[in-house]
Amino acid sequence: MINAVGRDIPEEVLKATGKDIFKGAYANAGVEYQKGAPRVRANGDPNRDKQVSSIAEVLKLCGIRDGMTLGFHHHFREGDYVVNMVMEEIHRMGIKDITICASSLGKAHDPLLPMIEDGTITGIESSGVRGKIGEAISTGKLKNIAVMRSHGGRVRAVEAGEVHLDISFIGAPTCDKCGNMRANGGKSDCGVLSYAMVDAQYADKVVAITDCLVPFPNIPASISMIDVDYVVVVDEIGNPAKIASGAAKPTTDLRKLKMADYCTQVVVNTPYFKDGFSYQTGVGGASIASTISLGKIMEERGITMGLALGGITTPICSLLEKGLIRKVVDTQDFDLGAIESIKKNPNHIEISGSEYANPFNKGAYVNQLDFVILASLEVDVNFNCNVVVGSDGMITGAQGGHPDTAAGAKCTIVIAPLLQGRIPAVCTNVTTVTTPGETVDVVVTDYGVAVNPRRQDLMECLKDTKLPLKTIEELRDIAYSIVGEPEPVQFGDRVVGVIEARDGSIIDVVREIKTYEFQD
Amino acid sequence: MSHPNKKRLRRSMMFLNCQKPGLIKDPYIYKPDSIMLDLEDAVAENQKDAARYSLFHALQEIDYRGVERVVRINGLDTPHWKEDIRVCVAGGADVIRIAKTECAQDVHTVEEHVLAAEKEFGRPEGSTLLMSALESCKGVLNALEVCKSSDRLIGIALSGGDYTKDLQTVITGTGVELQGARQHMIMAARAAGVQCWDTVFTNLDAMDVFEEEVKMIKMMGFDGKSLVNPRQIDIVHKVFTPTQKEIIFAEKVVKEIDEKKALGIGVFTVDGKMIDIAFYDGAQRTIALAKASGVYEGDL
Repeated sequence: MINAVGRDIPEEVLKATGKDIFKGAYANAGVEYQKGAPRVRANGDPNRDKQVSSIAEVLKLCGIRDGMTLGFHHHFREGDYVVNMVMEEIHRMGIKDITICASSLGKAHDPLLPMIEDGTITGIESSGVRGKIGEAISTGKLKNIAVMRSHGGRVRAVEAGEVHLDISFIGAPTCDKCGNMRANGGKSDCGVLSYAMVDAQYADKVVAITDCLVPFPNIPASISMIDVDYVVVVDEIGNPAKIASGAAKPTTDLRKLKMADYCTQVVVNTPYFKDGFSYQTGVGGASIASTISLGKIMEERGITMGLALGGITTPICSLLEKGLIRKVVDTQDFDLGAIESIKKNPNHIEISGSEYANPFNKGAYVNQLDFVILASLEVDVNFNCNVVVGSDGMITGAQGGHPDTAAGAKCTIVIAPLLQGRIPAVCTNVTTVTTPGETVDVVVTDYGVAVNPRRQDLMECLKDTKLPLKTIEELRDIAYSIVGEPEPVQFGDRVVGVIEARDGSIIDVVREIKTYEFQD
Repeated sequence: MSHPNKKRLRRSMMFLNCQKPGLIKDPYIYKPDSIMLDLEDAVAENQKDAARYSLFHALQEIDYRGVERVVRINGLDTPHWKEDIRVCVAGGADVIRIAKTECAQDVHTVEEHVLAAEKEFGRPEGSTLLMSALESCKGVLNALEVCKSSDRLIGIALSGGDYTKDLQTVITGTGVELQGARQHMIMAARAAGVQCWDTVFTNLDAMDVFEEEVKMIKMMGFDGKSLVNPRQIDIVHKVFTPTQKEIIFAEKVVKEIDEKKALGIGVFTVDGKMIDIAFYDGAQRTIALAKASGVYEGDL
């Protein structure tokens, strides 16, 4: 069946997953649903000791068995030890057919590859994957169809009961004997535990894993003891050097600075750029440069940002320090500056993944965004973006909050250099649609800026500026005139993954990669 | 008749290493007036051939979108320059920059080979322009004869690194060691009616010092500057582009002089400043520069 972004979703995939085709970014507004709920055991005993001596022991206590779905969070980023630690123990126990439902997975989880190959892990649900797991999915090694969801989409799926988490393992930088977890302090400081909060509330069993047991009460807690079954203390839950490093040096690459300048010009020429505006940006060089140059203009014009949302970096915290931002609302910290800021600044606040981006709850922060600045591997002439599948067909990225913020923000700006080596970033059809074009308003490249024709209002605001405005087709044509029009990637027939839209429908599928066959 | 592009706007001339495809594929997005594709010092001795190969294909295949393509060839004391010239002409370079020019004869020697190459590759005779880099005391002292040496010659550029070595000093950051050469070269260029460019500034961490230097060389009369990084382009353009205030004043001067001349008045005031015919050419130049820089909105 052809969906709203023109992708053909095979009937058998719809049948196998029980999902619907994507009908539009806002098609499910107002739909009623019954929330899922965990099956839990009454505590009753005031003297119960939650502390368990080992991962193996806690797995037994949680009743680990074949076919379970396990939750993990990704706040330790490429420094995470928790997923591998738990899965190695499960592997040793000979358990099979596990589905990992993580808020994200990265190269840190390459050691899971043999467990995919031997059937220990048969399902992966994540906002995306990089490294060997991505390759394993793309080459058809995973038994079941992988599901890629945005951050908001994952929370929605869990809260709506579409995903049932049997056990969630929550790595906690500090924890007390009762399971009160905080993201600050300890050896593996990660700033916030936002994406783990839904796991604590909706998983049947919740296990806190920490390398820093602190005296009771560990408060204010990111995750409260009321939801925690067991506490396990291990030597190390992560590699601090890979969890967060010092702030990236602002880019001196003029191409990125140029794109940042275009982006800033777009922002300041819209009616949304006024005192109290809200803003989110990613961690790419151009995005950070945009934040820095925007800060200068805010200072000159006496404009304050009301809300900075999302993954947080040092440049945002610097604007907070200067009084140019009123509230920083945080779901993830990308560097040490951001982690320090949330500890000391009362206007820097942790929220849950649901508060951040769940499209089905009664009020998510993304809906209040004026601007979001995003990157993309590919953008097509319908403004559809691909942030998951590389132009070589391999799964290599993550939706993260991309579709959520794009859908919520009044002005969604995507920055991409027109050419990535020989690969055109603006193309006729993206390899895989991960964010629908109806939610993307402006595309900024080093060769020019294109406004989505749906946004004539923005076009009107920008037409008298010095911005090099082009149509998206013109940008594609420039790209193709330089590097040629690429041959489409050749895929096999088998569907190895689905890209879930925020509402749980299927926006696209990912097929098994196949070796390129040259035509005679 | 001389080449139509001989006196085009050349505020920024950015060096790019021909050996690096990533650098030469699309430098036009930074909008320099000219790029200088380097076959000389940036290219290792055993890579000259590979650099010429990528240069030829870049000149042939890449649409530089109006940015002038200058190629710096190897010095006449090397085994490379003749083949460099053939590749430049075959590829269709706009200008050849002659390294280490010492006298008019050096220009004549290059010109001969350029002409032969134009014939060999069927390019219009006289289509390839030349510029000279002066890199020694002898070259600087011979600036006037170099400037007058050929109708193809668009101007001269100071090469401060080699020049200061020859002077037996170093680049001090004060500019004192380059003072004489700068003053001498700009006078020679103006006397011969060609352009003149200042040497590179290589400390990318001192953009404010760079900007001061650009302001100074503009005051001295230079047409522009050789650059080593695209981040320097906008600063040069900003300094060399007349401000709206300057443009409006120049417009008034031109219009008033035209008007008053008809009335038989030779000297008068504009915005409180005494003006006579001596200001006419300067005002015209300001407007021409504003037009060339794309900031003129008036009707002159």
